[in-house]
Amino acid sequence: MSDIVAPPLSDYVPTPNLKPDAMKAVRPFKASPEHQAALGFPGTLVEDWQKVAIKRLGELVEGSRALRVFLDSCVKCGACTDKCHYFLGTADPRNMPVARQDLVRKVYRRYFTWAGRWFPWLVGAQDLTPDVLESWYTYYHQCSQCRRCSVFCPFGIDTAEISMAAREILDSVGVGQKYCNEILGKVHKIGNNLGLPEPALRNTLEGLEEDVKDQCGADVRFPVDVVGAEVLLITPSADFFAEPHIDGLIGYAKVFHQAGISWTVSSEASEAANFAMFIGSHEQMRKVAQRIREAAIALKVKRIVVGECGHAWRVAYSFWSTLIGPLDFLDPRYPQPQHICEVTKGLIARGALKLDPSANDDKVVTFHDSCNVARATRMGDRPGGQFTVPRSVIRSVCAHFVDMDPNTIGDKTFCCGGGGGLLTDDLMELRVKGALPRLSALNTVVQEHKVTHMAAICAICKTQFSKVLPYYGLPREMVISVHQLVGDAIVLGAKD
Amino acid sequence: MSAWTIGYAVLLYVAFVVLVGGVVYRVALYQFTPAPLRIPTMPAPRTRLGVTMRMGREVGLFSSLFRGDKWAWIWSALFHVSLLLVLLQHLRYVFVPVPLWVRLESPFGSYAAFVLVISLAGLLGRRLAIARVRFVSAPSDYLMLLLLLVIGVTGTLMRFVDRVNIVGFKAFILGVMALHLQPLPLDPLILVHVASVAGLMLIFPFSKLLHAPGVFFSPTRNQVDRSRREGGMRTGAGDEPETRPTASPVVREGGL
Repeated sequence: MSDIVAPPLSDYVPTPNLKPDAMKAVRPFKASPEHQAALGFPGTLVEDWQKVAIKRLGELVEGSRALRVFLDSCVKCGACTDKCHYFLGTADPRNMPVARQDLVRKVYRRYFTWAGRWFPWLVGAQDLTPDVLESWYTYYHQCSQCRRCSVFCPFGIDTAEISMAAREILDSVGVGQKYCNEILGKVHKIGNNLGLPEPALRNTLEGLEEDVKDQCGADVRFPVDVVGAEVLLITPSADFFAEPHIDGLIGYAKVFHQAGISWTVSSEASEAANFAMFIGSHEQMRKVAQRIREAAIALKVKRIVVGECGHAWRVAYSFWSTLIGPLDFLDPRYPQPQHICEVTKGLIARGALKLDPSANDDKVVTFHDSCNVARATRMGDRPGGQFTVPRSVIRSVCAHFVDMDPNTIGDKTFCCGGGGGLLTDDLMELRVKGALPRLSALNTVVQEHKVTHMAAICAICKTQFSKVLPYYGLPREMVISVHQLVGDAIVLGAKD
Repeated sequence: MSAWTIGYAVLLYVAFVVLVGGVVYRVALYQFTPAPLRIPTMPAPRTRLGVTMRMGREVGLFSSLFRGDKWAWIWSALFHVSLLLVLLQHLRYVFVPVPLWVRLESPFGSYAAFVLVISLAGLLGRRLAIARVRFVSAPSDYLMLLLLLVIGVTGTLMRFVDRVNIVGFKAFILGVMALHLQPLPLDPLILVHVASVAGLMLIFPFSKLLHAPGVFFSPTRNQVDRSRREGGMRTGAGDEPETRPTASPVVREGGL
């Protein structure tokens, strides 16, 4: 661990006094010209960047009702100002959602509104100077696009939309973020975020088959590129090798195995994540999603199931039909993607899984609602299913479940601190501080209810928590996959 | 016809055209700007009726603001409700004869003026007192509140303290509406009040006051969660399947 000092945990996260520019120096590495070129973006800052940026801003506003309404409508009421985990953790006023939005709004007003053109000083409009562009790079990479602010805004203004637009403009003038753009390049070139090539993927999954066989004696398969399988599993590539993700993957495999559902992953589309959402590029987002459509057709699957990944589920649930729809080649009973938690819950409800919750008796579990799942998607058929379905799955496989403070779960959930393309070591200080609200709530249930584990359904959340928990004096092993709990509770052999 | 009368009549005509024209233009922009992706803040209603009710709670009760900031909610709820009552009370200056319901509303609209002024002071006070809100406030944010305060205070004074020639003023307004000008009573309170109102009308389409029409077009609040409405979707999650096929199987637009 570095010299980053985590703020103290308490039951109640106080709204901090403003510390202007506290996080001004914290910014991610910029993308190299090669990373930029791979996505069709200029490699370095273009010469007439100001003109290009303003033009791109205009195009984005013309193409997005959300941007138009959001840039016009903010009344600066301040309801959002104490809602962002990065503000609560860093006290930098530019991390208040409205102040973050204003970095773009001030420029928009200056060039696109009558009031800003003639009376910039009066309405707080601002020229797009090099300093402003730099502040965009800094503070739009201190937003995890978690949408918590939008829940409390009387007009539903979603900072994520503005943050995505700002990153798209930055890319268009040649100032990209290394982490996201390098990863997107890998997806196009190799098929997944980690750059895990097909032989390595097969090798890893074969190893897993042996591990599971050693562990519980059953021949649980982890198939790759099986044409004619019923289910194509689209899961974040971290599930193939990272801890604690991999135990979740084993859980999915055991569920499919016991339910007798044939499944496969695709080596061409071995990645659920779609980082193009983070950089606000619809074109990239469509391209990345298109791989999945093509893989599903090539493998002649009947259903697509999405593994534990927050923003991937958002893209799948909310955006696929627009980006790559219609998925009319799928079984008409399952014309839309399903979340793995929905599949498992349905199987449990049907009695198709033999479960022994006592396998998890050593644990007291709480559940972290991942921001994209909570505020941008649904599971099941009722509003709020995204909260009840995973909890129902956990309760079926684990006797001891406790929820955290109601103000920190459901649609008020706090981001893990690493979402939205910020899960990179060059932003470690931001990630540690941004985890404060979530880990405060976690610490409270640890103290009061002896909670031992926090289950999550997002690869980014799992990686982020594993990394930042030790900064707060909590063990990194606390964070687990929901499907690890499921996998551990499944009694294999019983129904085979 | 005095220069004052002509000047104020022209001011009101211009303000009216700018207000209506500007808002119509802006609303048309909102309406015709595409909303390609579905971005409702979840959990969102699955039906249009549900969304209408969600929007009703936002516009009528400021439900999200209530969850977000209780003091901001109190001040803004008081402000908007009292403004509505006061505006309704003002209908007596444009109708001949004054309808019964306007006459019945009149006492409420009159005394609401005090609430209006107090709530504006509250909004201004919190903007000055809370460092977070001060940080994001531009001069225009304060000036708009001051302009509204001027309108509220002059109006209250005319109603309760220094009764002006309101009959003469109504004749002026009716004349303006009928394009047949009648003399404007030259009372300083009337002149300041009317000029301030005209000023507010003029800045409306160019300012954050657009939040009033804007909220209805906010995709996070007005979109239906219907990603699974196409065809009979079975989630396998143990819930009732949705069986409401829509006319077009794929909806590419995330908007209404």
